[in-house]
Amino acid sequence: MSQFFSIRVIGILIGLGFTLAVLWAFGNGVVAVISEGQLKQATVEHEYHKKPNDYAWSFDGLLGKWDTQQLQRGFKVYDEVCAACHGLKFVAFRDLEQIGYDEGQVKNYAASKQVQDIDPTTRETVTRPGLPTDYFPHVAYAGAGVPPDLSLIAKARPDGTNYLVSLLTGYTEVPAELKAEFPDFAVPATGYYNPYFPNLALSMPAPLVDGQVTYDDGTEATVEQMSKDVAAFLTWTAEPTLVKRKQTGWPVLIFLLFATVLAYLSKQQIWAAVKPKKRD
Amino acid sequence: MSFPWAKEYTPTNGVAKFLDEKLPLPRLVYNAVGAGYPVPRNLSYFWNFGVLAGFFLVLQIVTGVVLAMHYAANAQVAFATTEHIMRDVNWGWLMRYAHANGASFFFIVVYLHIFRGFYYSSYKAPREMIWLLGVTIFLLMMATAFMGYVLPWGQMSFWGAKVITGLFGAIPLVGEPIQVWLLGGYAPDNAALNRFFSLHFLLPFVIAGCVILHIWALHIPGSSNPTGVEIKSESDTLPFHPYYTVKDGFGLGVALLFFMTMVFFLPNALGHPDNYIEANPLSTPAHIVPEWYFWPFYAILRAFTADFLFIPAKLMGVLAMFAAILVWFILPWLDKSPVRSGHYRPLFRKFFWFGLIPAMIVLFICGGAPAEEPYVMLSQIATAYYFLHFLVILPIVSQVEQPEPLPYSITEAVLGSDKKAVLGENATPAV
Repeated sequence: MSQFFSIRVIGILIGLGFTLAVLWAFGNGVVAVISEGQLKQATVEHEYHKKPNDYAWSFDGLLGKWDTQQLQRGFKVYDEVCAACHGLKFVAFRDLEQIGYDEGQVKNYAASKQVQDIDPTTRETVTRPGLPTDYFPHVAYAGAGVPPDLSLIAKARPDGTNYLVSLLTGYTEVPAELKAEFPDFAVPATGYYNPYFPNLALSMPAPLVDGQVTYDDGTEATVEQMSKDVAAFLTWTAEPTLVKRKQTGWPVLIFLLFATVLAYLSKQQIWAAVKPKKRD
Repeated sequence: MSFPWAKEYTPTNGVAKFLDEKLPLPRLVYNAVGAGYPVPRNLSYFWNFGVLAGFFLVLQIVTGVVLAMHYAANAQVAFATTEHIMRDVNWGWLMRYAHANGASFFFIVVYLHIFRGFYYSSYKAPREMIWLLGVTIFLLMMATAFMGYVLPWGQMSFWGAKVITGLFGAIPLVGEPIQVWLLGGYAPDNAALNRFFSLHFLLPFVIAGCVILHIWALHIPGSSNPTGVEIKSESDTLPFHPYYTVKDGFGLGVALLFFMTMVFFLPNALGHPDNYIEANPLSTPAHIVPEWYFWPFYAILRAFTADFLFIPAKLMGVLAMFAAILVWFILPWLDKSPVRSGHYRPLFRKFFWFGLIPAMIVLFICGGAPAEEPYVMLSQIATAYYFLHFLVILPIVSQVEQPEPLPYSITEAVLGSDKKAVLGENATPAV
């Protein structure tokens, strides 16, 4: 008993030690807050950063499906606009068959791109026309900054698909209220104001203008339309298995529901004999 | 161990007799999770989570072994092989999402299992060893999960590894050499990734070994129960099979429904988007946060923002974070109340529901939030309560509390009366 009592005494002392230390830190924090006069410093990001808007997607929800037409339009936007600066290194040309292109189209598209390879005889780096098994080629960007690879961008940002549309359509002038509230705020010389970007200014200028892409299916190429299409395409590149995943989920859940109900009924039956009668 | 009324295994056919003579494995199973193991008849659904934790451990090992067949632990290609698994390996996306969400569900069921232990004082004599093994398993799980999260080599993998191994740098004098030794370098790189992969493969089997010891130790006194009154007679118990096999089967179905909903419809909800960005030592994420199951302890780590006497704030935070879990080891000797179940402990119950649980929720929220006010101050108050609760309040409460009257036996608690108790048979003292 006495030895366990001493564990408790030591325990109480240690406990009081940690409590004192953390309350000391708390006290320091309180003093800092009082001397600064406010709990939280209002920053321009806190006040003006916007969460992505909600858009409707064909692949949303429990029964979502790809809209192949939209993915193809989005691919065209990527190919003609984004691909100037951004790579797609985890996507192979052969993957394009999943969004409705046939083997010949994929072959032709791959051949239109130059990919790097190593010549097996001279062991020199060479470029050659792409094959369907090749991945989208690396994009060398000459300017300042590093444009991110777009393969996974829709999963690498919170609420990625909606974020992409919001960002692409969200370029504006710096609001007058912001200038009034934060006179020190300045968009860097190489930056462009966009309230959907975490620090409100990004190096990419607004990439899309109305009519920039001519869609094969005759859809009018507004900035919003192109933004949505390319966001859908990049959602597919980020997770080509998204629709298959949802379609596999249903039978799994239905089977489990059935099995769980059976298990419940078995449990009720087996336990019936030993359950106490209801007390009144 | 067994109770005198436990059914005995009788081999019925030639093969069973042969096996029982040479290697009595069926007998072992029969006595462990079969009709030969008498279990209190009043276990609630809170007693399902041990079996569920076992299930998720097996699921993690199976999916993990498959993933390891396709993954390469090399900083150059680790991120790309993870994407290869997601895109090109047949059902690779399912394996990976099941493994990532399986880790979360393993922690969910283990936290509920520990919660059950806290409320019903499952750690008390004669079950101290089960508890000690359980806390050991929890520590091993944390180490395994941390190292597993590093393997995809995304931004959170890299920076999480940097922050957590950096904690060892807070140790005076030997801290930095230890950190370099752990990482095999000055920052996480190939050496760190390789050893983390090796250990991430090894530790689950160590956990499995500890689980076997945990169950072995459990079978000596047998399971506790919601009244906390020990088994007195056969009428207090039911054979594990079929009563608890079927109940656990139903519990497993419910758990799998939740799990599969996450895997198939919200597979990234518990992860962090930054981990889909390849590790970049030159770009620090705005907020480095660990996986959700570490948030309460991460909040304790960050709560110590000021140097205390001669101890630097960082060291104090590291000590507190480890102490927050290590304190569980001595719980059986801190809480000496003879009554186990929180049902019959009015004072303990108040501190549990209005102290410990809110403090844990606050710590959880603050651990996932950025290190700014008001989260820092809230986490400091909750941290203070956390240590007071386990090390000061619990020992005092267990000394001064007047427990409510206990039922004579489990049978009485379930049926309203116990014939043997009325007849005065088998009259052993309460508790």
